Order: sequence, then C-alpha cells, then structure tokens
Amino acid sequence: MARLKVENLNFSFGYDTILEEINFEINEGEVVSIVGPSGGGKTTLLRLCAGLLDRQEGEMENSFETQAIAFQDPRLLPWKNLIDNIAFGLKAMGISTEERERRAKEIALKFDLEESDFDKFPKELSGGMSQRVSFARALVTKPKLLFLDEPFSALDIGLKRELQDHIMELIAQKEITIFFITHDIMEAIRLSDKILLLAPDPGRIVKEFIFEKPQKQRDDEYVYGQTAKILSDRDIIETFELEFR
Amino acid sequence: MKSLLKIIRDFPAYLWSGWGAIASIFLFIALWDVGNQIYGDLILPSPLDTLSTLGTLLNDTKFIDNLFITLNRAMVGFGISLVLGTISGLLAGFFVTASIVSRPIVTILMGMPPIAWIVLAMIWFGMGDATVEFTVVVASLPIIFVGALQGTRTLEDKFEEMADIFRVPMMMKFTDIYLPHIFSYLFPAWVSALGMAWKIVVMAELLATSDGLGASLAMARSQLDTSTALAIVVAMVGLLMLAEYIFLEPIKREVEKWRD
Repeated sequence: MARLKVENLNFSFGYDTILEEINFEINEGEVVSIVGPSGGGKTTLLRLCAGLLDRQEGEMENSFETQAIAFQDPRLLPWKNLIDNIAFGLKAMGISTEERERRAKEIALKFDLEESDFDKFPKELSGGMSQRVSFARALVTKPKLLFLDEPFSALDIGLKRELQDHIMELIAQKEITIFFITHDIMEAIRLSDKILLLAPDPGRIVKEFIFEKPQKQRDDEYVYGQTAKILSDRDIIETFELEFR
Repeated sequence: MKSLLKIIRDFPAYLWSGWGAIASIFLFIALWDVGNQIYGDLILPSPLDTLSTLGTLLNDTKFIDNLFITLNRAMVGFGISLVLGTISGLLAGFFVTASIVSRPIVTILMGMPPIAWIVLAMIWFGMGDATVEFTVVVASLPIIFVGALQGTRTLEDKFEEMADIFRVPMMMKFTDIYLPHIFSYLFPAWVSALGMAWKIVVMAELLATSDGLGASLAMARSQLDTSTALAIVVAMVGLLMLAEYIFLEPIKREVEKWRD
C-alpha cells in the first residue's frame, strides 16, 4: 500500500524555524487535512511533501505513483487553451494527443464547462471557470495522491460545494488519497478522515482529530455539530487565538 | 504546425482589416502631393513622379542588383544578431551573474549612436561589406539580447512549481512553459531588430560603400536627383512594410493572442 510518511521533519529559512518535529502518515485512500492559521507553515509543509523544497532534516517517504495539485490560484498556462490546460498533466505522462483531448473534453463536460469555451485562453475565462479547469487538470490524470492547497478559499458557496462533491465522489470510491491544506475548519471536517492541527511559530502538529463517519454520509448537521465541538477545543482556541475576540 | 495553419486561415480576415491602414497611407500621399504643389518638383517631387521613377528603377538591372546587395547585407547582419543575441540573451537571463554583468554593457551598446560605429568600422574594416554588416550587428544585437533577457528573467516560478508536482519532464517543461513565454518577448524584439537592421544598412552603405541602395542614394544626392532619391526611399519603406505587414504581423498576432 502506498503512503506518504513524514518523520521528525524540521525546516528553517535562515534562523527562522518554520517547521519543527513534524510526524504524520497518510495511507492510500485517506484524506488528511492540515489546519492552522495563515503563515503557520502549512504551505511549506505541502511544498516539502510534494518535493518542491529540499528537505533539511528528517525522513520522508512518498510511494504514490502519480500526483497532482490544485492551488488557491488556478495557475493555468496563459498560452494554452482550456482543453490543453486540462490535458497538461496527461501530456507529462506521455499520453497521445487524441487520447489526451478525448479525456480532457470528457472531464471538462463533467465539470460543467461549455463546449464553446474549449478553445478559449485563460484570460477569457472567469475565476470560477478557471478554478474548474484547474481541478479538472488535477483530476483527469487520476492521481493516486492529490495535493490541495486551499483551493476552495476564493470560491462562492455554490462552486465550492460542487467541486467538493466531485472530490467526495472519488473519496467514496477509495480512488484517491488527499493531502489537504486549509484554514477553514468546516471544510476540513466535511472532507477529512483525519485533521492535523498545525500551530505556528514554529510550525508543529499539536493535535489530531479523527472522523470515522464516511464523507458521503456527513450532512450539514454533522458538520456543524463537529465544528462547534472542535471550536471549543482548548488547542484550537489557542492556535487560532480565538480568545482575543 | 497547427499555429501555422491558423495564421494562414486568419490571413484573409487580417488583410480585410487593412483598409484603415490603406486609407491612412492615401491620406499621407495626398499631403505629400500638397507639399509638391507648394514647394515644386526640385524640393519635393510629386508622388506620381516618384512612382514612375520607381517604375523605371525597378526595370533597371543595376538597381535590382544594388537592392539585392543591400538585402543580403541586412540579412547577414540581422542573421548574426538573431543567433548571437538570442543565445547570449537566454544565457544571461538564466544566470543572475551574467545578467548583472551584461546589463551595463548593453546600455553602452544601445546608447552609442550607430554613426559612431560606422566611423570606427570604416577604420577597422575599410570600405566594404564587413563594415556595413558589423554596424548592422552592433545596432540590432542589443535589441534582441534585451528581449531574450527580459523573456527569461520574467519566467514565473508558479508555473514551474505546478509542473514539478505533475512531474513534467525537463524537455516538456522547456517547450510548454519556458518557450512560449520567452518567445512572446523574443519575437517582437526580432521584429524591431529587423526594422533597425534595415535602417542601419542603408545608412552604413551611404557612407562606407560604393554599391547597394545607400550608395545609390548618395549618388542621387550628389546629382540633385530628388525624384530618384525619393523613389529609393519609397522602395526601402515599401519593402519593410511588406515584410512587416504581410509576414511578421500575422505571426505576431498568433504568437501573442493569449496575452492580455
């Protein structure tokens, strides 16, 4: 079984310690969220796990064959049209042009993108459409491991729900493993099997919350209930400095 | 290949959009004619006179030979600038030290008037092809260099990061991420360098050679043959416009279509 395992990970920029003694494990089929305040080292942790930053101290094992990412900003290549942007990851895998186009078009339609927009460049797409394209680009490769770097934070409620439903479908079929970064606790509760609380200065994991109920059965009531419970947790209050409100 | 087909397909529509440009050229010719009526044939020959002189010139094999000599010099100079400027600009862009070192040198090169180069080149290379080609290279290379440098320096990390997560191979990173971005800076630089080359070649010829369009222009001046001089100017401008609007502009449009 593939997994992402991090042991005794430390990271610093100069004299600034960003991450300290990070330990966790993501097994195949799991959704693990890292929750914490902005500027607490969440993105650095993701970049380390994705191999974008060189490790300084500690061990890491990533045995997933394929991986993809959706960022907060869509990061579409401005010189590629909608379909070619979606097919970008497929091209990297060496899949033929026709096959690429077929699969990209299929998933584009599934994500409610119109056929008349397929030839458009990113500058002609709205923010919501761009984010759909970014998600489609990540999911069309059928990644074993998906990194989500706050991809929902700039979206309206409708689109947020729609994209989360797509993800939820994949989770239910146990087809995907997700490493999810967010500062939105409710979002994390809706999607995750496990939430790790990352406290800042220096970034360290202070608590772990586990959710047994299958994601698809989590209704609003469950999510609100769990959110209320977690928000009264001592560590959460301290980490997010909720007392000062 | 796909974009080449697209350029050809869009070409008629592009030509159709040229009516405005043609109208403004005719307006310019009308003003020219007014100038002729005020100042007379010696100072400013009429457009019709100029065109008929151009017609005779185009039937004259000597003029055609000169035209090709000039074209040849411009292309050799431009070709050298294109290759050297692009390569050195890219290298300078990829290495921070190189870009810091090269910047002041480029400023000096760009700030130095071409006429000064011509004088130096005449001393170094004598009267002939080498002087002209050297001047063209010195004048147009910095433009291409700066284009390549800027294209490379403005590459954005965020796309590379995205590509790294998708485990994009190095070659594809180059063709799909670096190249389109750099090319969108490089191509306009090539176009302006070509324009520069074309201007400089005639100037250098006028001073340093006994053949080519520049030399013909010098001859026309010494004989006070204003209509021949103007006809040569029209031929030069016409050729540049042809190259620019028929070949380069459609490509430029296709290349830059994705830009805001």
